[in-house]
Amino acid sequence: MSIFSLAITVLIGVLFFVAFFHFSNFLLDYFRVRASKKFALENSIRVIIFIAPAFIVLFVFILYPVFETIRLSFYDKIGENFVGLYNYSWAIKDPDFKRSIINNLGWLIVVPTMSTFFGLVIANLADRVWWGSIAKSIIFMPMAISFVGAGVIWKFMYDYRGPGDQQIGLLNAIAVALGFEPQAWLTIPIWNNLFLMAIMIWIQTGLALVIFSAALRSIPNETLDAARIDGASELKIFWSIIVPFLEQTILVIWTIITILVLKVFDIIYAMTNGQWQTEVLANLMYDWMFRGGGDSGRGSVLAFCILIGVTPILAWNLYRHKQDQKV
Amino acid sequence: MKKITFTSVLSQLLLLFFVVAWIVPTFGLFISSLRDKDVLAISGWWTSFTTTEINEIYRTEGKDAQIKDGNYYFIKSNLFDGGQEKEIFRFGVTSKNIDEYEVGETALFKDQTEITVFENGDYVWKSKEEFKKKKGKRIFVSAKSPPSFTLDNYKEVLLKEGLGQAFLNTLAVALPATLIPLIICSYFAYALTWMKFYGRDILLATIIASLVVPLQMCLIPVLTIYNDFGALFGVSAKSFPGIWMAHTGFGLASTTFLLWNFLKTLPSEMIEAARVDGATHYDTFIKIVVPLSIPSFASIFILQFLWVWNDLLVGLVFLDKHPSEIILTAKLKELLGSRGENWEILTTGAFVSMTVPLFIFFSLQRYFIRGLVAGSIKG
Repeated sequence: MSIFSLAITVLIGVLFFVAFFHFSNFLLDYFRVRASKKFALENSIRVIIFIAPAFIVLFVFILYPVFETIRLSFYDKIGENFVGLYNYSWAIKDPDFKRSIINNLGWLIVVPTMSTFFGLVIANLADRVWWGSIAKSIIFMPMAISFVGAGVIWKFMYDYRGPGDQQIGLLNAIAVALGFEPQAWLTIPIWNNLFLMAIMIWIQTGLALVIFSAALRSIPNETLDAARIDGASELKIFWSIIVPFLEQTILVIWTIITILVLKVFDIIYAMTNGQWQTEVLANLMYDWMFRGGGDSGRGSVLAFCILIGVTPILAWNLYRHKQDQKV
Repeated sequence: MKKITFTSVLSQLLLLFFVVAWIVPTFGLFISSLRDKDVLAISGWWTSFTTTEINEIYRTEGKDAQIKDGNYYFIKSNLFDGGQEKEIFRFGVTSKNIDEYEVGETALFKDQTEITVFENGDYVWKSKEEFKKKKGKRIFVSAKSPPSFTLDNYKEVLLKEGLGQAFLNTLAVALPATLIPLIICSYFAYALTWMKFYGRDILLATIIASLVVPLQMCLIPVLTIYNDFGALFGVSAKSFPGIWMAHTGFGLASTTFLLWNFLKTLPSEMIEAARVDGATHYDTFIKIVVPLSIPSFASIFILQFLWVWNDLLVGLVFLDKHPSEIILTAKLKELLGSRGENWEILTTGAFVSMTVPLFIFFSLQRYFIRGLVAGSIKG
């Protein structure tokens, strides 16, 4: 398509929704003048106009699919015949599934921990130096990049050439300079998972960093100064004052990154596509969506596993929301 | 001025270490995208800033280029294609001894012909008898190569590899997929904040629950709906409007939640005063709430836009891989598979896909951060 026709399509798409709200409200106002006593009715029609589009979208794209996916997990590959727990028993026996669960657990432990830790440390360091905001900008930058773009960046870092050749990947160049053999990092089982996780940590540290930076400003200076006057070392201040103070923030960042990590797909799909024992649930699920014409039963089981993973966080969020509403 | 202490020096060094570790991967990619593809394939990007010594093999011209001058036959030409700023300092004529001769010296081939190679690549090959072979001989040179950068890779990637079209496609996906949720969610969030209706609390709780529902839970049923819809009306199941709505659906919860978080901080007296004066909810929304919400709209716009721009999964499932529909991330993934060793294409392609996010990042960083922080502290 040409630029012109693309622009027209885009414009029509957006204007459609603007027009919907404008004209429906205009019509309502028009008839209100004629039947001004029906105030209650007018209000409820207005409520419907305001929430209907969003609600329909929410229903079609989130609510219905969630229940439909759960239903499909008990059906066969084309979603027509009930097969009970067959898909679940397949999953338990499937070596790829087992590998995915193990890897996802590894991701869940390593990535949120490291990102939060680095974010906290860097936020603290950046607060003390005059070039701190530039430093924060640089470390935050990967947040703007796509996972696939980050994948290319790191695949280039991990690039491998034979022992005699000039290494063009930085990591192998360093390894060779230090006197080690060059390695094809992404093909070494178990360890390659860490190299993939490094990409996610590289991206998410920025998120932790900016949120911590905002939260750090809320620590009263008097407390810190008092501790310094009493002769507490910076390290002691960090662990005994700053970390406890930021407990809530740490928890929030942890959950955000955890949710993200459970769904990790792009990095695996672009870098290894699950080869060399790097399979994760989201990639396996995508695989089964299309493998052999697609198997909606198995795909649904895998998606459901990811949902189970986020359920504790879902419950916790709802609980906190309820607490907030009371106040 | 603060005193320079051991701790402060240590924290500066530690921070510097982090900054370098974080910037180097991206920087390396950027530099590589500007390098000549032949050089890129054989040397690390960090060598590109200095004059480096490289060993290369060239071939002289064959018998067609010879001229007769007196008793001798000559082939005079240049080893380089031209336009290269390399400087030869040694050369050789056998693979066993590739730097046997100083530049300007005359080397002897096995067949008793003589060749002289000069600094700029010029050579004179002299023989008593007529040259008979069509192919020339191999010359090994050691040359100094000054730093040189080029935009050739960008030209190739944008025009020949179809990344230019993919860029436009991504734009055509991302703009509506950001604006549509913003429009419908702002009305929705307004209703959730300022209108009283039955089921409001349940709806709000549903939004909060939907925030963390993994995308994967929705893909199969939504794809089925699209396929059925496409079959029913005889249209393609994969289309731009289709992916706009999919992105709208998947971004709806977070957009609504962020807006709701902002709207509830507006003073309720102001809204109520407008209502008492007889303004309808629509008037209140358009004339009071929207103008006040512009900064928060900007933050949400940026978050959603970056999310859509950088998305791969939704683009893979709801768009064709055809050149007229494929988005940048999917194209890049395709190149990773098919052109995995062509680093000039991959690095440049990756950088092209990053231009818009990086532009937004550097120009609107404040709004970006504000959106992220708002979404996290309260979420």
